[in-house]
Amino acid sequence: MNNLIDLEKKINSELTTKINKTSIKHNQINIEIDKEDLIDVVLFLKTNKDTKFRQLIDITVVDYPEETQRFKIVYLFLSHEFNQRIILSYFINENELISSLTSVFPSANWMEREVFDMYGVNFKDHPDLRRILTDYGFEGHPLRKDFPLTGNSEVRYSEEKKKVIKEPVKLEQNYRNFDYESPWQGTKYIKEISETNDKKN
Amino acid sequence: MTKKIKNLNLNFGPQHPAAHGVLRLILELDGEVVEKADPHIGLLHRGTEKLIENKTYMQAVPYFDRLDYVAPMNQEHAFALAIEKILDIDVPIRAQYIRVMFCEIGRILSHILNVTTQALDVGALTPSLWGFEERETLMTFYERASGSRLHANYFRAGGVHQDLPAGLENDIAKFCETFPKIINDLENLLTDNRIFKQRNVDIGVVTKDDALDYSFSGVMIRGSGVPWDLRKSQPYDCYDQLEFKIPVGKNGDCYDRYLCRIEEMKESVSIIKQCLSQMEKGPIKTFDNKISPPSKTEIKQSMEALIHHFKLFTEGYRVPKDEIYTAVEAPKGEFGVYLISDGSSKPYKCKIRAPGFSHLQSMDYLIKGHMLADVPAVLGSLDIVFGEVDR
Repeated sequence: MNNLIDLEKKINSELTTKINKTSIKHNQINIEIDKEDLIDVVLFLKTNKDTKFRQLIDITVVDYPEETQRFKIVYLFLSHEFNQRIILSYFINENELISSLTSVFPSANWMEREVFDMYGVNFKDHPDLRRILTDYGFEGHPLRKDFPLTGNSEVRYSEEKKKVIKEPVKLEQNYRNFDYESPWQGTKYIKEISETNDKKN
Repeated sequence: MTKKIKNLNLNFGPQHPAAHGVLRLILELDGEVVEKADPHIGLLHRGTEKLIENKTYMQAVPYFDRLDYVAPMNQEHAFALAIEKILDIDVPIRAQYIRVMFCEIGRILSHILNVTTQALDVGALTPSLWGFEERETLMTFYERASGSRLHANYFRAGGVHQDLPAGLENDIAKFCETFPKIINDLENLLTDNRIFKQRNVDIGVVTKDDALDYSFSGVMIRGSGVPWDLRKSQPYDCYDQLEFKIPVGKNGDCYDRYLCRIEEMKESVSIIKQCLSQMEKGPIKTFDNKISPPSKTEIKQSMEALIHHFKLFTEGYRVPKDEIYTAVEAPKGEFGVYLISDGSSKPYKCKIRAPGFSHLQSMDYLIKGHMLADVPAVLGSLDIVFGEVDR
C-alpha cells in the first residue's frame, strides 16, 4: 500500500496478536514484536500482496547495558513495490538465542554473522555462524558498550620470537573523556570528583 | 580404471591485484571450475561505528570519507541528512545544489574507477590510464572546495562547510563539456570490444528475484532490470528538481552492469550541468548558530559568536532523542545510516549500511559454476571497496 497510515492499519489488523506496538516516525513504520513471532511476521511482510517487503536492508543491535533486557534487535526492510520502509524490533536478554532469518532472506547470513561478531548475540539454525569482521582468534564483542574503545589487546612483531605477538594494550596516557556539559545552561547533576583515576589525564 | 579426484582449495588474496583491496577469497576448485567461494573480510576493519559512538556529531563526519574512499562525499551526505532530519532543520538551496553536484562528481569518480579497473581485470590497460587522468581533474575540484583530494570532510548537518571558491563553477562547467568525449573514447575501447564482451557477457548473471533476496542495490539491481533508484523514488535534497534518467539493464550480467555505469556517468554530467545553471548565490549553511559555527569575522567582533564557536568545537551540538534510518543512492548502491541519538552531543549508535557488504556476500552464489578466470571479472563488476565492506 502506498499510504503509510493504511499500511500501518493493514499490518495491525492482519497481525493483531503478534504486534506489540506500531508507530510512524520520519516516514517509516516502527513495529515492536515478540521474538517468537519473528519468522511469521517477516514472512507475512515479505509475501503479502499489500506489503511486499521484498528486501532486507540490514540487521543490527542496540546495546542498553543498564536495562534488564539488554539488546534491542532491529531489522530494516524495504518494499520496492510500494516505496515504503519498515523497522522491526524486539528486546532480548543477554544470553538468549534468537531465530535466524537466513531461511527467508539469504542475505541475512552475513548480517547475522556481523551481529554475532559485534554483539555476541547467538542465532539458532544459522548455517555458518563465524566471526566476520574481527581478526582470526579475536576475543570479546567490540560494539558492546562495556568493550573499551582502545580494545584489550594489541599486536606487534617480536624480534626475539620472530613472529607477530599479541599483548594487552598499554597506554602511556589515559583515554581522554572530557565533560563538556554547558555550565551556563546548568548541569542536571552534581559532578562527582573521582579519586580512582591515578594516571594523569 | 577410476581415479579419485580431490577438489583443490585455492587462496585468492588478501594481496592480489585483482582482489580490489584486501579480500581473502577461499575458492574450492574442481579443475578450473569454481565449486564454492568463501570470502574472508574484515582485514580493513577499523571499528568506525565504535569510534563514531565516542565522537561528537561533527567529529564523526571524517569517518564517513574513509568508508567508500573513492566517492567520499556521498557517504557524508547520508550522515548529514540523518542528523538534519532529527534536528528538523532546513538546508539552504545553494547548499543543496552544491551537495548534489559533489555527490554526482563522486559518482563519476567511483564509476570511472570501477569501469576502468574492471577492464584492467580482463586484460585492457588503456582505459585505466585514460580514466585516471579524469579522476585527477575531478579530485582537484574536491580539493578546491574542501581542501583535500580524498578525505573531504565537507558536508555538515545544515549545509556544507564553505562556499565554492571563485572560478570553480566555471571549471566544472568546462569539465562537463570535455568529459562526454572521454566517455565516448572509453566506450570505443570497450563496448564493442570482442575480448571485453567475451569476458563479461553472460558472466555473473543475477535474476530479478535473486537481486531482491540478496539485498542488492544500485547498479547491481538496476543491471538486472529493476528500475530502482533512491534519487528518484525517495528524493533527498534537490534531486526532485532535476531531470535525469535511470539506466536499467536487461540480462543482469557483468556486461549490462558495465553499460549501466557508463550511462549513469552521462546522466551525472547532465545533473552537474543542471546544478550549475540552477544554482544561485546565497547562504551555504543553516543560520542556526547552535548547529553551524559562526564566521571568522563574527568571532572577532561578537562575544556570543565566540562562545558559540567554542562550545560547538568542544561540546558539539546536541541532538534530541530519536531513531532514524536514512539512505542515499551512493555510486555502489543504497548507503544507509541508522542513527540513534540520546539527547547528548554524541550518537548513541550509528549503524552503517554499506552496499558492498551485501554484494560481496553473494560472491558464492554468483561464481558457482564459473571458471577461475571469471572470478576477477565478477569481482570487478560487483564494485567492491573494502573501506565500506569492512568499516
